[in-house]
Amino acid sequence: MSKLYSGAEIVFKCLEDQGVESIFGYPGGAVLPIYDELKNFPSVKHFLVRHEQGAGHAAEGYARSSGKPGVALVTSGPGATNIVTALTDAYMDSVPIVCISGQVPTHLIGTDAFQECDTTGITRPCTKHNWLVKDVKDLAKVIHRAFEVATTGRPGPVLVDIPKDIQFQKTSYTKYKKQKKLNGKAQNNFKQIEIDELIKLMSGASKPIFYTGGGVINSGPKASELLRELVSGTGFPITSTLQGLGAFPASDKQFLGMLGMHGTYEANNAMHDCDLMINIGARFDDRITGKLDEFSPKSKKVHIDIDPSSINKNVKVDLAIVGDVTEVMSSTLKTIKKTKPSFAKSNKQKISKWWEKIQKWRSVNSLDYINSAETIKPQYAVQRLYELTKDKDTYITTEVGQHQMWAAQHYKFDKPNRWMTSGGLGTMGYGLPAAIGVQVANPNKLVVDIAGEASVLMTMQEMSTAVQYSLPIKIFILNNEYMGMVRQWQELLHDKNYSESYTAALPDFVKLAEAYGCVGIRATTPEELDDKIIEMLNTDRPVIFDCRVDKIENCFPMIPSGKPHNEMLLGPNDQKEKKITEKGKTLV
Amino acid sequence: MSKPKSAYSIPGKVGKMDTHIIVVWVDNEAGVLARVVGLFSGRGYNIESLAVAEIDSKKNLSRITIVTIGTPQVIEQIKLQLKKLVPVHKVADFKREDKKVIFKEMALLKIVGNTTKTKKALNVCKKYNAVILDKTKKSIVIQITALRRDIDKVSVKLKSLGLVSASRTGAVAMTRGAEVFK
Repeated sequence: MSKLYSGAEIVFKCLEDQGVESIFGYPGGAVLPIYDELKNFPSVKHFLVRHEQGAGHAAEGYARSSGKPGVALVTSGPGATNIVTALTDAYMDSVPIVCISGQVPTHLIGTDAFQECDTTGITRPCTKHNWLVKDVKDLAKVIHRAFEVATTGRPGPVLVDIPKDIQFQKTSYTKYKKQKKLNGKAQNNFKQIEIDELIKLMSGASKPIFYTGGGVINSGPKASELLRELVSGTGFPITSTLQGLGAFPASDKQFLGMLGMHGTYEANNAMHDCDLMINIGARFDDRITGKLDEFSPKSKKVHIDIDPSSINKNVKVDLAIVGDVTEVMSSTLKTIKKTKPSFAKSNKQKISKWWEKIQKWRSVNSLDYINSAETIKPQYAVQRLYELTKDKDTYITTEVGQHQMWAAQHYKFDKPNRWMTSGGLGTMGYGLPAAIGVQVANPNKLVVDIAGEASVLMTMQEMSTAVQYSLPIKIFILNNEYMGMVRQWQELLHDKNYSESYTAALPDFVKLAEAYGCVGIRATTPEELDDKIIEMLNTDRPVIFDCRVDKIENCFPMIPSGKPHNEMLLGPNDQKEKKITEKGKTLV
Repeated sequence: MSKPKSAYSIPGKVGKMDTHIIVVWVDNEAGVLARVVGLFSGRGYNIESLAVAEIDSKKNLSRITIVTIGTPQVIEQIKLQLKKLVPVHKVADFKREDKKVIFKEMALLKIVGNTTKTKKALNVCKKYNAVILDKTKKSIVIQITALRRDIDKVSVKLKSLGLVSASRTGAVAMTRGAEVFK
């Protein structure tokens, strides 16, 4: 007879078989048997967070920077409810997370037992799938299936709820053999005829644009390579969503910058005026499209996505190719090479006028701002951070708000998996715990959380985690004492009624850093900024950097919601010099 | 020019609404109905009626039939979103007007009154495969199977004839002929 293992042991046997090296978690009554086994499985390292939300975001940061699924372990009741935000965040941004939660013993389920909650009920709408394991014999199968569901097709979070009695019960365990096939929910059977149609559209277009998203990054490093090949081969301009940054090098001249609500003038105008839009792994989110009725009115639209439900959800497209973007791009490139070897040459002439137009938009210099000698402008701070870290292989996470947009606009990403931000859900407090996960996955790399002072206070307790495991993350706070994006909307759209958007009693971040046992650095003037950033970079410990920036700076350019792409608000420089039409100003 | 005061976009044009019958084959496991119904409520889709039961105990399969109203785009989304659920095997979609598909609902109707009234009531139900399930001197329980709108009509007519209680199922559907939906 084969050896019998307890449910708790099986959890770790499964994690070992799945190649999991790091898990983020917090113990509690209903997961104690699992925690009891931790010592017997040295290949799985546990990182103790300070709040379960932190475990979830750390798992997200781990997953997004490494391409492997992130694993979180939490207890029943409050443990499970605390991680709901992170699960929802992962669901919106398609991040593979496996969450294992403890549950009260099966005989107590439904009795309102201590720390009982309907975990599978609560997490049903924010996971790809979840399971309540009622029989220890199912446990191994369920956990392996959970990894499969999380990582195949469009990735996303899953949850396995394990009652405490199941963790004690014993059964046999058979080693897991990883199957090559994708799960039944992954669609990858696009047809050659669709690729041919795409190439036909591409060769007919005179004003084409690539619009790429997080799907390219989720598809793996190969996808980014193919994208580079495709873009340079065709000579088409390319713009990227917030989540797609890094898939194509931002320093390349074919890159128009980010599009959408705070995208560049050239990217948004090109999206509006193009005659062919090729969406690769993006989802026509409302922050991207603006007013749907006037979204890119004259273009043929192609949508390449692994998730069939993304097609025609927000924007009706002319050609849909459902499949893994790596596969689709690789077949497209192969077909071009075979059937139209002179594609690039013949095409250059055709789209040269289009590039001229784009250059004109580019010359507006929409990311420009009025710098100051007295106060640190937040854009300047991000630019300096970029200049001083660009030679290192830097990983950036962010919180949510103005600082996030400035980071996206001014930090130039040249590689995939280097940019971790909460886009879909917009979770303030994401960046700090995510940075912990990124640092765990990439021990010797520089990890910086570009933060806002309001966001970072939501998960500040995780500094304690960073200190405990000597994770030298750098928390670069653009401190303007306001919830900046809220303040900006109030200024522009609510008659400057700054209702509750100012934080009157902020902590002293330098002293806070010292209290946590890490290093605090403060910069208040532009001339000391560089030295202070260098000091931060030379510190081999976690750092909280309090960068005091202009309190009332706004994030431009901006498309006010409900407006089409060609009605952007530009920054103060342009407004002063009247480079743009009066239309933009009347909106303010 | 009016200022948009919301951080969200203004709703666009709404397309034409159609009634569709969506049939979903699912694993008969705990919570599967909640997943399907939760998808509808979470994404703001309508459920007009719902019928669900196990159809194959060996394969552990259940069949869920949902009548819903939506624009063509919404109906398409419903199907695609349903197909993404892990326990869902296949999804069929029929228009209510589809002649190739049979739709049926069942109702149990209790009428209380003297025999003249119950006879009249039975007469009203005649066209709809009426079956008497219970009969006393003062009451009658009739089972009818028909389309939703017919049952609606019958219920209205029976009000004056002593209808005291009605119990109805959701619609179930089956394609005509030898073909099976794959």
